[in-house]
Amino acid sequence: MLKDITLGQYFPGQSFVHLLDPRIKIIITFLFVILIFFVKTYLGYGMVFLFLVAVIAISKIPPKYVLKGLKPLLFIIILTFILNVFFTSGETVIWSLGRVKVTQEGLRQGIFMAFRLILLVTGTSMLTLTTSPIDLTDGIESLLKPLKIIRFPVHELAMMMTIALRFIPTLLEETDKIMKAQMARGADFESGNIIQRAKALVPLLVPLFISAFRRADELAMAMEARCYRGGDNRTRMKVLKTHPRDYIALLCTLVLMIIIIWDSYL
Amino acid sequence: MEPIIKTEKLRFEYTNQEEQQIAALRDINLEINKGEFIVIIGHNGSGKSTLAKHINAILKPSAGVIWVKGMDTRDDDKVWDIRQTAGMVFQNPDNQLVATIVEEDVAFGPENLAIPPEEIRKRIKEALEKVGMESYAKSAPHYLSGGQKQRVAIAGIIAMKPEIIVLDEPTAMLDPSGRREVMETIHYLNKQEGITVVHITHYMEEAIDADRVIVMEKGKVVMQGKPRDIFTKVEQLKALGLDVPQMAELAYELRKEGLDISPDVMTVEEMVNSLCQ
Repeated sequence: MLKDITLGQYFPGQSFVHLLDPRIKIIITFLFVILIFFVKTYLGYGMVFLFLVAVIAISKIPPKYVLKGLKPLLFIIILTFILNVFFTSGETVIWSLGRVKVTQEGLRQGIFMAFRLILLVTGTSMLTLTTSPIDLTDGIESLLKPLKIIRFPVHELAMMMTIALRFIPTLLEETDKIMKAQMARGADFESGNIIQRAKALVPLLVPLFISAFRRADELAMAMEARCYRGGDNRTRMKVLKTHPRDYIALLCTLVLMIIIIWDSYL
Repeated sequence: MEPIIKTEKLRFEYTNQEEQQIAALRDINLEINKGEFIVIIGHNGSGKSTLAKHINAILKPSAGVIWVKGMDTRDDDKVWDIRQTAGMVFQNPDNQLVATIVEEDVAFGPENLAIPPEEIRKRIKEALEKVGMESYAKSAPHYLSGGQKQRVAIAGIIAMKPEIIVLDEPTAMLDPSGRREVMETIHYLNKQEGITVVHITHYMEEAIDADRVIVMEKGKVVMQGKPRDIFTKVEQLKALGLDVPQMAELAYELRKEGLDISPDVMTVEEMVNSLCQ
């Protein structure tokens, strides 16, 4: 049952969006997030929305699948909308009941905020949907490389992420196994109040931690046996190379940014 | 010809939790020649894994010397050359794969050796072909069976172009079919690629086809020789708490009962031939 949890929710494909250089995708996502906070007009929102729709269409990921990512956030989005509708001060009252009133400004603010959240979540999830965790790690490593000057352990960080990704399924499987073993001996993980349930997790976590440490120890030895000695003097099989398509994508994003900033502020 | 691995009075001691000095290896003198297929047997705590870790310079001798292709493992400058020359495969296939994709994992060793990317790709392809895993290049390791994972681990070592492969009980956690896959791969590498193999196991059947069997007990080499010479000494092996291959044991028991069975029967086929004569 634990195996069903997917991390990073990567949706494999060979589309234009999938094939983009991960570094460019990370940069574009960054720009997109910043952009969302600049938008002030209906036209601006419309354009950002169209941009996102275009990206989803090009990526060939079923829109339903993309929208599924919004489900857990539905409550927050609705809450944001309600709070903004009722608590934004404004002049033009549309509807009122005693002291509670809905103004045109409030409604506008509520719609904007909810829409902003939806765009934000959908936009960033497009990055993880179209980029495999490994590419993402490679991209982050490459982008953070300049930080090496201030002795930031870029390579180590990337290696840790890779190993973590590698061991998530292994450890999940192990958790499953230990859980079944404890259940076979009468452990109860499902009933009782929250404290009782937390207590029931102890016999699960202790063996899991012990085994994780043992694994770490063995992995470190195996890595050393394969001549691993840190990030210096190391080559990579996959060398990230930018293609014309990457510049096209970046250019499109920049053009959108300029239009929106011009529309909202000038 | 100079042996590829040579030890002289190799000794390894460590302090256990009760502060006692324990000698895991006691004055081992061994010579292993290039291209040999060596199987080391012995039960738990006999020092066979400790010996294996010395070949890869993971452990350094407390006394004595071990030379790998003429390089002394105590020489810190040579450590990486030694590890490239003598690759090591461990028992648990899960705990030695680093990357989330098979080909990336095979690339790990060559990347550490600073080999240019195009050459790495070539080596990955070759290595995966040699272990018969080329069609899984893009798979995730956790979808593979134990035997397949172990073959990927072997490919990761081959990609570093070693002359020796040390396998520390690579079959201990596998099912019979996985064990067969791994053994076939190792034999192929030894025969076709001329790679020296040091295989540690407690499955006696895996020792039958070896060039030489080394039996260890309490940190010492107590017997060594051709499998057929070793496994006919059934009583001696039993005294050490070791098994003999099933057919060798059957032959021994039948001989004790007075049947005329040739003493070097190791496989079912040989047994059949011997019985039908």
